Amino acid sequence: MRITQGCFSFLPDLNDEQIAAQIEYCLGKNWAIGVEYTRDPHPRNTYWNMWGNPMFDLKDAAGVMMEIRDCRKANPENYIRINAFDSTRGWETVRMSFIASRPKVEPTIEMTRLETGGRNIQYTHVTRY
Amino acid sequence: MAATFNLREAFQTSGVAEILDTLDRELIGLAPVKQRIRETAALLMVERVRKDLGLAHETPTLHMSFTGNPGTGKTTVANRMAGLLHKLNYVRKGQLVSVTRDDLVGQYIGHTAPKTKELLKKAMGGVLFIDEAYYLYKPDNERDYGQEAIEILLQVMENQRDDLVVILAGYADRMAKFYESNPGFRSRIAHHIDFPDYTDAELLHIAEIMLDQQSYRFSPKARDAMGDYIKTRRTQPHFANARSIRNALDRTRLRHANRLLETGDGIVTPEMLSTVEEPDVRNSRVFSQGGSVEKQTIA
Repeated sequence: MRITQGCFSFLPDLNDEQIAAQIEYCLGKNWAIGVEYTRDPHPRNTYWNMWGNPMFDLKDAAGVMMEIRDCRKANPENYIRINAFDSTRGWETVRMSFIASRPKVEPTIEMTRLETGGRNIQYTHVTRY
Repeated sequence: MAATFNLREAFQTSGVAEILDTLDRELIGLAPVKQRIRETAALLMVERVRKDLGLAHETPTLHMSFTGNPGTGKTTVANRMAGLLHKLNYVRKGQLVSVTRDDLVGQYIGHTAPKTKELLKKAMGGVLFIDEAYYLYKPDNERDYGQEAIEILLQVMENQRDDLVVILAGYADRMAKFYESNPGFRSRIAHHIDFPDYTDAELLHIAEIMLDQQSYRFSPKARDAMGDYIKTRRTQPHFANARSIRNALDRTRLRHANRLLETGDGIVTPEMLSTVEEPDVRNSRVFSQGGSVEKQTIA
């Protein structure tokens, strides 16, 4: 099942050139770039593993691309996403986030319903590999 | 009919000619250095045109090594280099990241690689200038972390030639030793540029420019005295070319200020405030004794 989260996730996967262009855009806005990866794309899994520290004060996307390549090599068959953090006062948040790499076969997320008292229904989502 | 291309016109319009001209004007002497920069600029220009015309082209490697005695302008030229390479579209952003051993080498195991990588990433799209590069390698300590930084540098210099230019700088003899023990560096650096010492006339010219930048000037007699100063200073130990001149001028300004305060009735004109007179220069210890003045606070 194709996971859709962050920007561009309904588009075909970005190639490296397109990823670099997006990163150039972020750097142009003075956002700090972080690379994160995970095996579990469950929507509630907000905190992915950080690949090194977020990168501040970069001028060129080449540095980030180097990290993405290293991360892919060390964590094949993982999701890798790029977070662009805006430190401007008042924002101080991630302004843009997109998936830069996906596993060949993506896990499915299965939903189970559980009826409880008063005919309430509770939903659980489980990642199935 | 083959397409033609006006190389000289492209050279003029790209802004490269302008940078080379300012380089010529603002940097005194250094003829071999300027020659090499000119050649490099020409090569890059030709490569660019070849690319436009669809001929086979290969991006040349531009990692450089600047060697020369203290105060011969290595850092100054490196600063200009970043701007020049940017104008030539060789580097994409044109920033200069200037580092020394401390910035690259960590203090404990596992600290060096992230530190070096972070700086390399910051320098991507621009120029990484490593001053006194020989400090990276300490042969007497085999567990020194400098070696780790060197390995990462070499790897990036080789694999990401298009992304950044590395310039190593240092004194000639120690750099020679450094390359001997790190042959990988020598072979990956295509351009070894040697900075010659300045002649006496060039140093005098430099002194005048330095004074001019601080809106001072020599009186004619003081100018002659400065010429004598340079001649004498050169024979003394710890002579550091333009840097010695800058230090000498700083001390000259001290004596100049002191003279204005101590002599006369204390009434000064802008003329007096900006003219360095002969005694200001002549009272230097360089003339009175043979020893070095660099270590003493006021000569």
